[in-house]
Amino acid sequence: MGFISQREAFGRALLEYGSKDPNVVVLDADTSSSTMSKYFADSFPDRFINVGIAEPCLVDVAVGMALGGYIPFINAFSALLSLRALEQIRTCVAYANTNVKIAASYAGVSDYKDGPTHHSIIDIGIMRMIPGMTVIVPGDEVEIKEWVPVIAAHAGPVFIRLSRAGSEIVHQSKPEVEIGKGFVLKEGIDVGIISAGSMVIRSLKAAEALAKEGINACVIEMPSIKPIDEKLILETSEKTKALVTAEEHSILGGLGSAVAEVVTKHQPVPVERVGIHDVFTRTAPDPDTLMDAFGMSVDDVMKACLTAIERKG
Amino acid sequence: MNTIKNKKTQINTAELQKMANQLRIDSLEMIYRRQAGHPGGSLSIAEIVASLFFHCMKIDPENPEWNERDRFILSKGHASALLYAALARKGYFPLSDLRKWGDLDCHLQGHPDILKTPGVDMTSGILGHGIAIGAGLCIAARAKGEEYRVYTMLGDGECQGGIIWEGAMLASKYHCGKLTAILDFNDVQLDGFVHDIMPLEPLVEKWKSFNWNVIEIDGHNINEIVQAVETAKEISERPSMIIAHTIKGKGVSFMENKSIWHGKAPTKEQLVQACKEIGGMV
Repeated sequence: MGFISQREAFGRALLEYGSKDPNVVVLDADTSSSTMSKYFADSFPDRFINVGIAEPCLVDVAVGMALGGYIPFINAFSALLSLRALEQIRTCVAYANTNVKIAASYAGVSDYKDGPTHHSIIDIGIMRMIPGMTVIVPGDEVEIKEWVPVIAAHAGPVFIRLSRAGSEIVHQSKPEVEIGKGFVLKEGIDVGIISAGSMVIRSLKAAEALAKEGINACVIEMPSIKPIDEKLILETSEKTKALVTAEEHSILGGLGSAVAEVVTKHQPVPVERVGIHDVFTRTAPDPDTLMDAFGMSVDDVMKACLTAIERKG
Repeated sequence: MNTIKNKKTQINTAELQKMANQLRIDSLEMIYRRQAGHPGGSLSIAEIVASLFFHCMKIDPENPEWNERDRFILSKGHASALLYAALARKGYFPLSDLRKWGDLDCHLQGHPDILKTPGVDMTSGILGHGIAIGAGLCIAARAKGEEYRVYTMLGDGECQGGIIWEGAMLASKYHCGKLTAILDFNDVQLDGFVHDIMPLEPLVEKWKSFNWNVIEIDGHNINEIVQAVETAKEISERPSMIIAHTIKGKGVSFMENKSIWHGKAPTKEQLVQACKEIGGMV
């Protein structure tokens, strides 16, 4: 089955939602042809602002527009938003609680061709640590379309992390997305895989392969990294007694850390984290090659499951 | 009589000067009580803030969320003491709150906070945000058909940072005519003189080259401040930058032009001496 990239899905969803809500304004930092905010820009030039290559300014102008009563969606590369514009996001968006929606594109290693300068492998960790920030990592194009209205309706800052790439479709029907809620994609009792973003489909594939070896893995998708669905994590850990987290991100600070924080507080179980092991990545011919090379292959998820099960003792 | 006439209203410069000095005394007392704060950059903007809050701006302390009000962003948020004094004197909250500045349960934070203090239109304190946020606010106001103006007060050292110039380009591109920035050009920053640490000159030419309407004034002259603010209102196609030549620590002989008073609290004796000098100016 064919699929579109996450950026393409978001660009289309933003146009669709923005055409219904005149309070939506869209801003970009000279990347509208990459983030696909150009769809909105072409249809609603009066509600689109291109600030040039200046992400800090992008955030501040959006803050001003939020103060003026609009719902600004800012679009740029995640590495730039989470690093260069971090102070603006921390102080003027989160601390001042302005209603700015941050669409962070080219996340993870999806900008494979530009290499580590443009890879964004610590953005979830950074954003998750900011008080008041909601962090969303959608798993596929179907979900992205559902998230846009939910994010717009949420009063306050939201960071939605989007891949330049796409993935096979996870949701065959419209998911009921909700901030703070995860999805059970596959029931299972031997190990619980908690995944987000591009690693959701890979986790499902790992579970399928494990089933052939007689291991019944539960697969959870956790698009709302903050606030996180503690209830679902604890139900899963209670049931499986071993967890694996899977994300296109450093194993430090992201989903894996968030899950570990929950279980260590309430009911410690072994947690194996699949992701990038605290190294800078490399340039590659395509995103899949890069993910496989940096510890995020289907095989890596399977191995992590086996280790977690073994650690149960 | 120190009165001048302009198109819309008559101003009493003596009253505004008296208020400016009152704000100076309030600020120093606040900084003394808390043994923290920024006296130098508070004293340097007293006439400007007094003119804005007690003459130029369309605001209503009874209704701080009034949508048609003019907005004020203290981009140089370190001068919070003087802003808080102005808000209290204007009636946004009781004067007695000033004595609680910095207490754990007081709404007055070290730096201005939009969520906690009535009359504060934007959180600030980390430098550089006033121009870009003010521009965004102006663009939003225009799109919604609102008539309010946006004022932002900048420090000179703040212009050493890049975000100021990102915002300057944007405000110019988007013809933010309702944005008026006022630059407290006192030439002193934390580590010494601005002209030594990172020179800004030629500052007028810089802002002009960013296609701003630039007005140069004596920032301690009420008449010049009010006239400049009124002149800026006549320009609709470009944002205005009022470069106000000021003296850091203005009004207190031992504080004037001394970088050590950027962020230092006075002793009791120094406070008494300072208030005496400022009182003498009224």
